[in-house]
Amino acid sequence: MKQNYIRPLDLKHGRVDMSHGSGGRAMAQLIDELFAPLLGNDYLAQGNDGSVMPLPEGPGRLVMATDAHVVSPLFFPGGDIGCLSVHGTINDVAVMGAKPLYLSASFILEEGFPLADLKRIVASMATAAQEAGVPVVTGDTKVVEQGKGDGVFISTTGVGWLPAGIALSGNRAAPGDAILVSGPIGDHGMAIMSQRESLAFESPIVSDTAALHGLVAALLASGIAVKVLRDPTRGGLGTTLNEIARQSGVGMMLQEARIPVQPAVAAACEFLGLDPLYCACEGRLIAIVAGEDRHKALAALQAHPLGSGAAIVGSVHEDPHHFVQMTTGFGGKRIVDWLTGEQLPRIC
Amino acid sequence: MKYVDEYRDGELAQGLAAAIAKEARPDRRYHFMEFCGGHTHAISRYGVTDLLPANVRMIHGPGCPVCVLPIGRVDQAIRLALKHNVILCTYGDCLRVPASDGLSLLKAKARGADIRMVYSSADALKLAQENPEKQVVFFAIGFETTTPPTAVAIKQAKAMGLQNFSVLCCHVLTPSAISNILESPEVRKLGTVPLDGFIGPAHVSTIIGSRPYEFFAEEYRKPVVIAGFEPLDVMQAIRMLVRQVNEGRAEVENEFSRAVSREGNLKAQNLVAEVFELRRAFEWRGLHTVPYSALRIRGGFAEFDAEQRFGENYVSVPDHKACECGAILRGVKRPQDCKLFGTVCTPENPIGSCMVSSEGACAAHYTYGRYRDITSVRD
Repeated sequence: MKQNYIRPLDLKHGRVDMSHGSGGRAMAQLIDELFAPLLGNDYLAQGNDGSVMPLPEGPGRLVMATDAHVVSPLFFPGGDIGCLSVHGTINDVAVMGAKPLYLSASFILEEGFPLADLKRIVASMATAAQEAGVPVVTGDTKVVEQGKGDGVFISTTGVGWLPAGIALSGNRAAPGDAILVSGPIGDHGMAIMSQRESLAFESPIVSDTAALHGLVAALLASGIAVKVLRDPTRGGLGTTLNEIARQSGVGMMLQEARIPVQPAVAAACEFLGLDPLYCACEGRLIAIVAGEDRHKALAALQAHPLGSGAAIVGSVHEDPHHFVQMTTGFGGKRIVDWLTGEQLPRIC
Repeated sequence: MKYVDEYRDGELAQGLAAAIAKEARPDRRYHFMEFCGGHTHAISRYGVTDLLPANVRMIHGPGCPVCVLPIGRVDQAIRLALKHNVILCTYGDCLRVPASDGLSLLKAKARGADIRMVYSSADALKLAQENPEKQVVFFAIGFETTTPPTAVAIKQAKAMGLQNFSVLCCHVLTPSAISNILESPEVRKLGTVPLDGFIGPAHVSTIIGSRPYEFFAEEYRKPVVIAGFEPLDVMQAIRMLVRQVNEGRAEVENEFSRAVSREGNLKAQNLVAEVFELRRAFEWRGLHTVPYSALRIRGGFAEFDAEQRFGENYVSVPDHKACECGAILRGVKRPQDCKLFGTVCTPENPIGSCMVSSEGACAAHYTYGRYRDITSVRD
């Protein structure tokens, strides 16, 4: 018998089995050989049930956000569930105006899931976390029986630091404010849609998934009066603006001709009978700023690589019914309503 | 987007709007029905009404395939899925149409029925090939546009000897619906629905051609202009209708000449004739039972007829008492005239079928235009 030898995980052909979630040796091995080498940092290395982290100096408050990711397919053009689960939660913290500091990640794995795919997903998470400078400091893994999950579900939670003096909230939009988006809308939704098996059209559409805290910091540093920031994920621009209009008790008027949509996304939407206004983004920012600051805000967004396609798309008005309306490119007017039902299943 | 944006050009729209305003006589009113849900959707989505003078009014017609589907037909599909345990596949909008017992196909799915959304009849056929151990039923709905693909699927299934594929055929015919409207007492005798002309179907006409409308134009003295589904098509058609009315003409004109001919698509027509025959009667939502207004599968293809295979007969079910879908589909009432509109009946919780599809008159008005009903809203 070889001393201290444990046969390593077969990361090429192996599969997740029930023992990987049982809390025994197999689980420890999965953590040691797959998760730790990829996500590794000083916090995880302590191996405790939780992590102890320092907070920045100075006056401020904590911001916390959580997001469950169940996207299908797990791998799509421009990303996968791994980087998406990092970006999604970082963005939820960032749009509060906070600097994201730490992430937690919990995995629900389905029995039989290939370890090679899991490794790819965790590696993508690790890269995304590293690029964003936000470490995953604690995690958890559970395994469910075959047929009771869909490969991998990842739930992440983020903690961020909000320096004193910044107050962003969905209820702060006021008449006279301007509405901006940081780039073309609908890329993520259509990238997912183009991958669905029954719609296998050749398409250059790539998900826009990205961490937005750098872009948010650049906008806030420009010294303008930012009222609301939000990332238009599920439900897209249309639904997100309706949420803000309701929270703030205002109406909005959009200019269809000014809303950026990539030609390939517009064409795919046309083909499938979808509306880009309701297609998800995973790397775009909606910013509502004081009307007089709109050009400064646009310049600040456009100066950042993630905001090069930014545009001013509309304005905030008084309206007791909280309608989001739009002047169509055709010259008429219509409502941009909440999304009804689901336009695309399981997109993030 | 090439070949699409050209038909949505704002400047051209302004020019057409000015022309319509100039040609529409101020001393009279113009009431035109757009038969198709595709036109209803375009009018609402692009705000075409805002570009029309006040004396030109559009009336939404019954040409939305989901809207005219009676409750009993959806019940039939649900029974096939829940009782006979088939994989039931259909087009997206169909899933949300309210049926009996508070069910819809979507709600039946939540109760364990295997319901799949497909984009074409070919997808349904593929499902049958991939699931040989299950019966697959394609819930086929729609006007003449969606009928030829269903015919192709049935022919292919026969050629392949597929034992587990069948079709619940609910295909309906446009001309019968138009004559039903023109024969209705509201139009013929009571005059409560003033109708000065029709915008004729776009996609349907690519199949059946423009000839079938010639009868209506002549017999009922109503001008028909066949138009494409883009907003400029609709504007141009309205202008052509205004001209016909002004000149006292009642002819079939074709604005959509880039796709529609007088004879239509003969190959598609032959396919349909080979696989389908007329039903003696078919119940429509809103128009009640209309003679010779729908298709059924011919005897030679009977093995692919889901109604026969599973012995699930059609049972008529009355609409919700307060629901005005019927009157709205005939142009007798507008969505906002219905007591349920926007209160009990919303796109999230539709009571009637017109609130389901984005082509439905109620859903289109709710989603795109309901601010018009509230005068206090600022521009």
